[in-house]
Amino acid sequence: MDLLLQFLLTGLTTGSIYALVGLGFAIIYNASDVVNFAQGEFLMIGAMSAIFLHRLGLPLPLAIAAAVAISIAVGLLLEKLAIEPARNASVVSLIIITIGASIFFRGVALLIWGKEIYGLPHFSGEEPIRLLGATVLPQSIWVMAGTVVLVGAVKYFFDHTLAGKAMRACSHNKRAAALLGIDVKKIMLLSYGLSAGLGGLAGVLVAPITYMTYDAGVMLGLKGFCAAILGGMGSSMGAVAGGLVLGVIEALGTGFISSGYKDAISFFIILLILFFRPSGLFGKSGGERV
Amino acid sequence: MKGFSRVAALFSVLALVVFYGPGDALAKRPIKIGSFLATTGPASFLGDPELKTLKMYIEEINAKGGVDGHKLELVWYDTAGKAKAAKDIVKRLVKKDRVDVIVGGSTSGTTLAVIDIVERNKVPLISLAGSVKIIEPVKKWVFKTPHTDRMAAAKIFEDMKKRGIKKVALITGNGGFDKSGRAQCLALAPKYGIEIVADEQYSNSDTDMTAQLTKIRATDAQAILNFGFGKAPAIVMKNIKQLGIKLPVYQSHGVASKKFLELAGEAAEGVRLPAAALLVADILPDSDPQKKVLMDYKSKYEAKYGPVSTFGGHAYDGLMIAVEAIDRADSLDKAKIRDEIEKTKGFVGTGGIFNMSPTDHLGLDLSAFKMLEVKNGQWTLVN
Amino acid sequence: MRRLSGFFGLAAVLAALPFLFPDNYYVTVVGTTAMIHVILAVALNLFMGYAGQISLGHAAFFGIGAYASAVLTTRYGLNPWLALGAGLVATYLVSLAISRPILRLKGHYLAMATLGFGIIVHIFLVQADTVTGGPDGLSGIPPMSLGPVVLDTDMEWYWTMGGLMLATILFSLNLSVSRMGRALFAIHGSEVAAQTMGIDTPKVKSQVFIISALITSLTGSLFAHQQSFVSPDSFGFFFSVELVTMVVLGGMGSTFGAVVGAVLLSFLPEFLTVFEDYEVMIYGAILMSIMIFLPSGLFVAVAGFASRRLAAGRERRRC
Repeated sequence: MDLLLQFLLTGLTTGSIYALVGLGFAIIYNASDVVNFAQGEFLMIGAMSAIFLHRLGLPLPLAIAAAVAISIAVGLLLEKLAIEPARNASVVSLIIITIGASIFFRGVALLIWGKEIYGLPHFSGEEPIRLLGATVLPQSIWVMAGTVVLVGAVKYFFDHTLAGKAMRACSHNKRAAALLGIDVKKIMLLSYGLSAGLGGLAGVLVAPITYMTYDAGVMLGLKGFCAAILGGMGSSMGAVAGGLVLGVIEALGTGFISSGYKDAISFFIILLILFFRPSGLFGKSGGERV
Repeated sequence: MKGFSRVAALFSVLALVVFYGPGDALAKRPIKIGSFLATTGPASFLGDPELKTLKMYIEEINAKGGVDGHKLELVWYDTAGKAKAAKDIVKRLVKKDRVDVIVGGSTSGTTLAVIDIVERNKVPLISLAGSVKIIEPVKKWVFKTPHTDRMAAAKIFEDMKKRGIKKVALITGNGGFDKSGRAQCLALAPKYGIEIVADEQYSNSDTDMTAQLTKIRATDAQAILNFGFGKAPAIVMKNIKQLGIKLPVYQSHGVASKKFLELAGEAAEGVRLPAAALLVADILPDSDPQKKVLMDYKSKYEAKYGPVSTFGGHAYDGLMIAVEAIDRADSLDKAKIRDEIEKTKGFVGTGGIFNMSPTDHLGLDLSAFKMLEVKNGQWTLVN
Repeated sequence: MRRLSGFFGLAAVLAALPFLFPDNYYVTVVGTTAMIHVILAVALNLFMGYAGQISLGHAAFFGIGAYASAVLTTRYGLNPWLALGAGLVATYLVSLAISRPILRLKGHYLAMATLGFGIIVHIFLVQADTVTGGPDGLSGIPPMSLGPVVLDTDMEWYWTMGGLMLATILFSLNLSVSRMGRALFAIHGSEVAAQTMGIDTPKVKSQVFIISALITSLTGSLFAHQQSFVSPDSFGFFFSVELVTMVVLGGMGSTFGAVVGAVLLSFLPEFLTVFEDYEVMIYGAILMSIMIFLPSGLFVAVAGFASRRLAAGRERRRC
């Protein structure tokens, strides 16, 4: 029983990290149908910026705020300089642009920060919290709480603000949205800024647990992508659910089957889920437009 | 024929760009030291200090007039730790750059991948990677400087035996270093009367190992042994503390750097690991034969780049063994250089005192390893 | 004849290079690697460019072929050609088994499923170390012989891979004007529309997936013998992404697009090494710039520009 509880808690801890990354994928996908493979790099940029600003003597909250601002700036630049000029390109071409961007960001991070592994202090200490015989770090509570707050904010944004509704309109049909008077360019810019800011904040939240290197964004991004797909692309609630499910599957696979094959187990289960639900757990299976 | 001219033009332009690119200079030739290192990728913590060390000492040797009047020239490429890249690079070093000797291969995987190339082309290779498979069985042209993973496992089990530990839980990563270390641990344990009661694995990019450690906690293990490198062992240490596991913990030489202490912080208290003496150079007694070499390397490296790791030390040993062999050979004939490398005797390096022979292309014994324990955030010697 | 002029041009360049630049590292070593990439990219293009699908798991088929050859020849002493055949059979069975369920998926979900498949195969290569040798890989793979010739030197492999590459390109060019090719283009346009025209879309998609996988596996087997060494990191997720990048970079749907993309991405890193720490950044910047300024792909854009046939979209796709 203790064992199972700890596995579940472990799963939720890693799962909420995946969920946070997945959320960023969902926003850009919602606005533009593009899977942004540089999403993981936003986390890396946010975390690395915070770590270095903190090392330069900035208090942690200020360093975090500045790091999120830096991520947003990077996201806006990416949209303005790389995505917008190629707006007539196919989705696949745009995806390759984001892959190029992710390599580019890694290259720049390598030059600025080098190859070292860095850590960030835990926000509220490292004394584990006991829960019925299982333990969890306070930082994990921060990550989970961060996920809840951010997903709530994103949901509110899409459902109740004009900009959010406009963004959703763009995802359905850009031309129709433009005809309705929506400034599509501005909405696209907004979506990248938002997603990058979210990614940056996610990076800062997870860095104390995961540590950070210039190339850590790749694997985080990959897991986040899995979370977003598993949940159903474009659904922010789905991305979060996908992340948590993925984390729990990994922990249970490790605990009860084999730690060596745990990733194979989780991918196998993702494949099974997609087999029965071809549009993910929460995705709407729309018909094809002919 | 429009299509033909179009495609042909494209390919000929491509060909021109490609083949008249960087050319070979044939002036009075310096000694070319080739190297292939993982300066990026997950093993860059190895490749980075190795490259810095090679650059620093080649500069220094050249400032003193080189070897036998020849200047040294370093030709290096990044493998990112990938075997296929290493193969292409070593072919390039051998066929295009025509190097005289190769010092490199940060990881065992990249080294093992290129062995047949250097053997076939008869170029001496001094590897900087750990696996015992590199030198066992002995290959004519291949040498190495770091202690083997088998030696690390033996050193750890020796220490466990002294403390009366009989049941050990093993937790390792999924990289080449980790898996090779795991195999050595599993093979050696029975010889020391040790039973491996748990054999857990993680992926090196994982962010949490509490699931594996929870399983270990449920066994009757008397100690935990983690074979790994990079950030994962630091996460393992933190997770052990988080779960309140009080067992003695052993790490491998893969974490023998200041970085590990910095990342794991308080959680590293009490952990033991085998490492080269370089890590504890300042607390060695003056009578130690390695002391002078170690302090010399440490002060030079730290003045230029920051804290030393034992990995850069392996590159120092490799380079110096090569340079001394060339010096003794009085020739740039690769076969003679190889023979002289094999005759290396009593060379005091950062990893220990090397005594190579036709049957031993490493030349170190267990005494080259020191057992260290972390106390108050510092390395201390265990006697 | 005109349709194949590009093919003959390429064959001529290929035949001339070793004589123009004898024993040149860029011809024999990088050139052979580039040709392997070309074969893989052209094969992937059948599935991606022709049929409009996506696969982020093709490195797995490359790995299945390579490991079948490596394991069977080194551990069981099997004849290399039999091992190659076994690799093809294994690939056929695996691709057949996964094609129907996976190919029901579309777009990003298909990308996810193929990615998952690729990662599962990769994990198996790393973890089943008693068979595969684990992360350190398998070495000492014996050379294979082609009739009386033992394929051993770089030059011999250059000709072998060159031959296979030309055969693959020819196959791809011919497929595009065949009945199946037309069916694939129809599916690319719209699956529903293709179905209403009476095309058995699941069957055709599955067929092209299997064909593409088989070519990839065959190349993997040869790759194992050419390298005489295999290790899992040649068959990981990143290699799958690189293959997709080659196809898109050159121009989706165009055989020569895939050729150009593969050649470019094979030679680019060789020249970027001089930039040392700046290499990664420059590589990323080049990749982005090409796609930003030539979103339809390098070859398609350049070829289109050169021939100034602005309205020849359909022709271009097939050349």
